[in-house]
Amino acid sequence: MHQLLILLPFLSIIILNLPFKSILRKLAFLFGVSLCLFQIAFVFFPALRFSSAQFELLSSFLKFNLLVDNLTLVMLLCIGIVSFVSLLAAKRLIPEERALFNFTNVLIIALAGLNGIVMVKDIFSLYVFLEITAVASFILIVLHKDIFAFEGAFKYLILSTIATTLLLSSIALFLLVSGSTEYSAISAGLKNSPNSHIMMLAIGLFLSGVFIKAGLMPFHGWVPDTYSSAPAPVSIFLAGIVTKTVGVYTLIRIVTTVTGFTAPIRNVLLFVGAFTIVIGAFAALGQNDFKRMLSYSSISQVGYIVLGLGSGTMLGVAGAAFHLFNHAIFKSLLFVNAASVESATGLRDMNKMSGLSARMPLTGVSSCLASLSTAGVPPLSGFWSKLVIIVALWMSGRRVYALIAVLASVVTLAYFLSMQRRVFFGKLGVEFANIKEQGFALGFAAVLLSLIVIGVGLFFPFVLNSFILPVGNIFGG
Amino acid sequence: MQINLIILVALILAAVWTVMTRSLLRAGIGLALVSVLLTIVIFRLNSPLAAVFELSVCAGLISVLFVSTISMAQPLSRKEAIQHMKIRFARYWYLPIIVVLLGVVLLLINVKLDILLPTPEKIKDARLVIWNSRPIDLLGQIIILLTGVFGVVILFKERLKK
Repeated sequence: MHQLLILLPFLSIIILNLPFKSILRKLAFLFGVSLCLFQIAFVFFPALRFSSAQFELLSSFLKFNLLVDNLTLVMLLCIGIVSFVSLLAAKRLIPEERALFNFTNVLIIALAGLNGIVMVKDIFSLYVFLEITAVASFILIVLHKDIFAFEGAFKYLILSTIATTLLLSSIALFLLVSGSTEYSAISAGLKNSPNSHIMMLAIGLFLSGVFIKAGLMPFHGWVPDTYSSAPAPVSIFLAGIVTKTVGVYTLIRIVTTVTGFTAPIRNVLLFVGAFTIVIGAFAALGQNDFKRMLSYSSISQVGYIVLGLGSGTMLGVAGAAFHLFNHAIFKSLLFVNAASVESATGLRDMNKMSGLSARMPLTGVSSCLASLSTAGVPPLSGFWSKLVIIVALWMSGRRVYALIAVLASVVTLAYFLSMQRRVFFGKLGVEFANIKEQGFALGFAAVLLSLIVIGVGLFFPFVLNSFILPVGNIFGG
Repeated sequence: MQINLIILVALILAAVWTVMTRSLLRAGIGLALVSVLLTIVIFRLNSPLAAVFELSVCAGLISVLFVSTISMAQPLSRKEAIQHMKIRFARYWYLPIIVVLLGVVLLLINVKLDILLPTPEKIKDARLVIWNSRPIDLLGQIIILLTGVFGVVILFKERLKK
């Protein structure tokens, strides 16, 4: 019953906004958390995924044409976990009941949008759900009506609109050639007219649109402003899953299922991926603002995913999906830590902090774990996904790109160690003598995400065989 | 063909006017004009139903929304508006030239439409397409509308209170 993952958020919104708002307002958070937990259970318990007799009537009425494969399941899991963590952070950081209610409502809408993106098998439906997610994201960013957030949201809005225009133009051209907007029909249409200028233009327009949505270099301008100016729970949600689904998942899906790995597409992906990794990493190295540094790091890590995809092999696709999952987890964890630090100190400038680990040990340790995982230090999760990507590149003969990926990891380690040194290590500043951990919700989120980072690393063989390698099977299918 | 080209040129001019005019209200009207011209193009391309949607939703509903929102906003003074317009011209004067040059380049390049077009399908009833073939898009559009309503309520309600 995959339809439920779109229908339940939709129904929740309607129920939450019925009369008796004062009671429902208190229940909104529980609704949001329940939806996320249902989604996580949906991935782990196959029994939930298959229609039972009770749902047959619903299925016959709502003929949603959905696609659920291993990549979809990995994405649904990421969306469930990151949304859950974002809600936990909101519970702590948005004290006013009405504001929390508003946040939860819009997050549930975004959840429906994200679930739609990963489950549809039609490029026009994909566009519809991309728009739902984009509009919900604009509202989330400006939720606190902060002037910088308005600036960030405006940049996001303008660039996202340009991306949408490119995607729509491309969809129109795909429709012209294939006569349908279904992935399979477009793929067949492309096979019939492989060297057409129109098709190359369509693919080029689509890739450009998706590159903007994913925040890849040189289309990354909106990412640091948006991530750093948005309220903390929104930053977690945006950096953890929104851009990864809207941009990166869409890229993986379209390249593997629709266009296939032609030589020009592989070369573009490899070049853009490597360029993004290097520039993003060096840009992160020069930042003093905690959240801006994480934003550039996020850009750089997306480069790894695109590089893995660019290898054009099953292993590369699996590595890209694995790094997408890992990135969603450790980047959410880092943004949770940034939220804790900002909430405790009121600061984002890393040069003004020192020795926070002494008063916030949980935040310090979890941040260290997430940083090491991002940099690819064994045995944490990020090490394995980067290893899979590098092996895939090496085996496909792209050794220079594999080397760039390895060297950029050193830069990643450098900026994260610099962050740890400035924020958490050293002598505790006098002005921070009275700070403390920021409540159960943020602590729980940090512990949960840290356990996933460690667990995926330690049980890598099991994760690889059960979840990761099957993702590669979508390639060509 | 020539009529289509004339309409398209008029459409581009209306779009440029929309972007360049110094009054928000006139920009809103310009946008409605673009939609009306687009409606004619769509109608001439044998898609009357799409044309009706374009006219009613884009030229009608959206224009009403724009005008009502603009009426809530504080307009610029005449002096400020002229200043803004000057800045805009200074910043974007080259855009129309680029558009014209691109058009010339596209005319000169002999683009090969090297494609195998599918055989046209029998025209389907739009109602059946919307309700039977694409219910997920319909649900998506309802969710987009809901999101828009939320956006307005969340972002404007408190402002009104203040």
